[in-house]
Amino acid sequence: MVVVTPIAAVLLTMLIGVIVFDAIGINGQKAVVDIFLTPLLASYKWQDVAVKAAPLIIIALGLSIGNRANVWNIGAEGQYIIGALCAAGVGIAAGGAGGPVIVTLMVLAGVVGGAAWAAIPAALRTRLSVNEILSSLMLTYVATQILGYLVGGPWKDPNGRNFPATAPLIPDQTLPILVPGTTIHLGVLIAAILPFVFWAIMARSVFGFQIRVVGSAPQAARHGGFDSKQTIWLALLIGGGMAGLAGSLEFTGALKAINLGFPSGYGFTAIIVSFLGRLHPIGCLIAGIVLADTYVGGQLAKTSVHIPDSTAGIFQAMMLFFILASDIFVRYRLRIVRTQKVAPAMAPGE
Amino acid sequence: MSVEFFVAAIVTIVGLSTPILLAGLGELVVEKSGVLNLGVEGMMLIGAIAGFAASVVTGNPWVAVVAAAVAGALSASLFGFFVLTLNSNQVATGLALTIFGTGLSSLLGLNYTGRIVMQFGSVFPPALSKHPIWQVLFGYSPIVYFAIIMVGLVSWFLGRTRSGLILRAVGENDLSAHSIGYSVIGVRYAAVAFGGAMAGIGGAYFSMVITPMWAERMTAGRGWIALALVVFAGWRPGRLLWGAYFFGILMALELYAKASGFSFLPSQFWAAMPYLMTVVVLAIISSRESGGGNAPACLGKPFLPAN
Repeated sequence: MVVVTPIAAVLLTMLIGVIVFDAIGINGQKAVVDIFLTPLLASYKWQDVAVKAAPLIIIALGLSIGNRANVWNIGAEGQYIIGALCAAGVGIAAGGAGGPVIVTLMVLAGVVGGAAWAAIPAALRTRLSVNEILSSLMLTYVATQILGYLVGGPWKDPNGRNFPATAPLIPDQTLPILVPGTTIHLGVLIAAILPFVFWAIMARSVFGFQIRVVGSAPQAARHGGFDSKQTIWLALLIGGGMAGLAGSLEFTGALKAINLGFPSGYGFTAIIVSFLGRLHPIGCLIAGIVLADTYVGGQLAKTSVHIPDSTAGIFQAMMLFFILASDIFVRYRLRIVRTQKVAPAMAPGE
Repeated sequence: MSVEFFVAAIVTIVGLSTPILLAGLGELVVEKSGVLNLGVEGMMLIGAIAGFAASVVTGNPWVAVVAAAVAGALSASLFGFFVLTLNSNQVATGLALTIFGTGLSSLLGLNYTGRIVMQFGSVFPPALSKHPIWQVLFGYSPIVYFAIIMVGLVSWFLGRTRSGLILRAVGENDLSAHSIGYSVIGVRYAAVAFGGAMAGIGGAYFSMVITPMWAERMTAGRGWIALALVVFAGWRPGRLLWGAYFFGILMALELYAKASGFSFLPSQFWAAMPYLMTVVVLAIISSRESGGGNAPACLGKPFLPAN
């Protein structure tokens, strides 16, 4: 069931997509084929899918840890932004210097920056019991404004025709391209390896056990001596650090400059990836590719059937709706039987 | 500074505040019932396009507002079905609703881009509504007055009626409310639908009053400010009203700083303020909270009766 339901969710989404699009007068079959299949079948689109999938996978890996432990970090978008800004800050501080050491420092600054941004909700939650859902969400919009201020002011490219964006990175400050002639950068390889690292940690370490126990049996975790505050800190720091890593890799590997369009919603989409991947590291890898596929496909459908590229969002949301709903059918199969029992018991009272 | 300047400033602030007041008021009722719906932005966009489309088709702005409310309530009921009937995760489902609403509104809006709709006439006679000074009280769209009236109604409903008490009970302690015979799920469905209707009207304010035309993502993140507003107001309708106008001042300062460059602080500072202040208020509320706080105790938690 664990493997079947996400596949069923994707297939159901495609089916309903065809029906609904046909109903509103758009070629549904062509739209769905372009959004879901063309990017995977056409080899010239693979690099786009891989580059888009990398940040989604990396962020989702971190978020899955939190989600498993019932710590809801929905501010990954903000942590992603701060991560990229910290990488940019190190790059600017280095001046014209570049090379592997500087690039590594930039990426590490991204990890630290993302984790630091997530430390705010962690501190608020553990010290003042502030709901981390609300605080991490609010801080995302603060991060967006910090980005807007920096790229429109102190960090604005003097040769950029007054356009709010940083100057493009010098080649020595960017991640190496792995496959010559493509856009596949080192970050894509990192995104491909990390799921296996996370899998090993979650399956084999005490930490992985702690996260799973705190999430599924908080009482048992307390009796077992696992500190809930420590778990909250770890979940948020890892989630933030991974989002920051994704932001700095996206900046140094793919975009090479930060403008107002940099926050493109990866932090929110990664939440879908995390759930579609069933909070499992390998699941996140596969789900990240599926979601990246719909992004690239959405761009294709824009030109082929003339629909806005945000239409891909309808499919992304439907996949999440179905996976969340199917989760319930899998986990609570007994409930359906039980509600039938309750009905007659209610009758005498009415 | 002249009187005209203040009149213009207040009119701007009220215009900016009204959509977040409407959506925030709806979300306040939803959260009071114990449900956290992060789909406000999506519901506002669906309301914006539904209202706009209905206005293009019928030419009647009143019908359009009703259509926006119905569309908002329907999209909220979709959220309700997953969250309440299927017990899915509220945070993830709410985010999915926002992504869904953004995509759906863009798609449905394709045929409406570039068109213009009938606007509301003013409520009061031109002698008052166009008066250089008194327009500050009488010169607004009917939706503005509707929003203020709704604050009073919701405040009265939550604080003074039996149904309001039941709704709050469901949000504070769903198991107790269930055990004395109230339908937790039923109450929450009603609250969620109301929240969707209000968000829908708030969205329609963008496409029918602020700019009488349709543009993709035209609510520009105001749904998230509405969510912040509910927390900022400490879940109290009266404070929500003042909070909305206060956020309106901050948003006006942002626009002003952006447009004229006149400001000792950058526009982004003002844009970030509503969120920063919400975090601060949240911290103050939470640290004071020793059982007497106003945040609904069951907020965001699924209803799972033990027996």
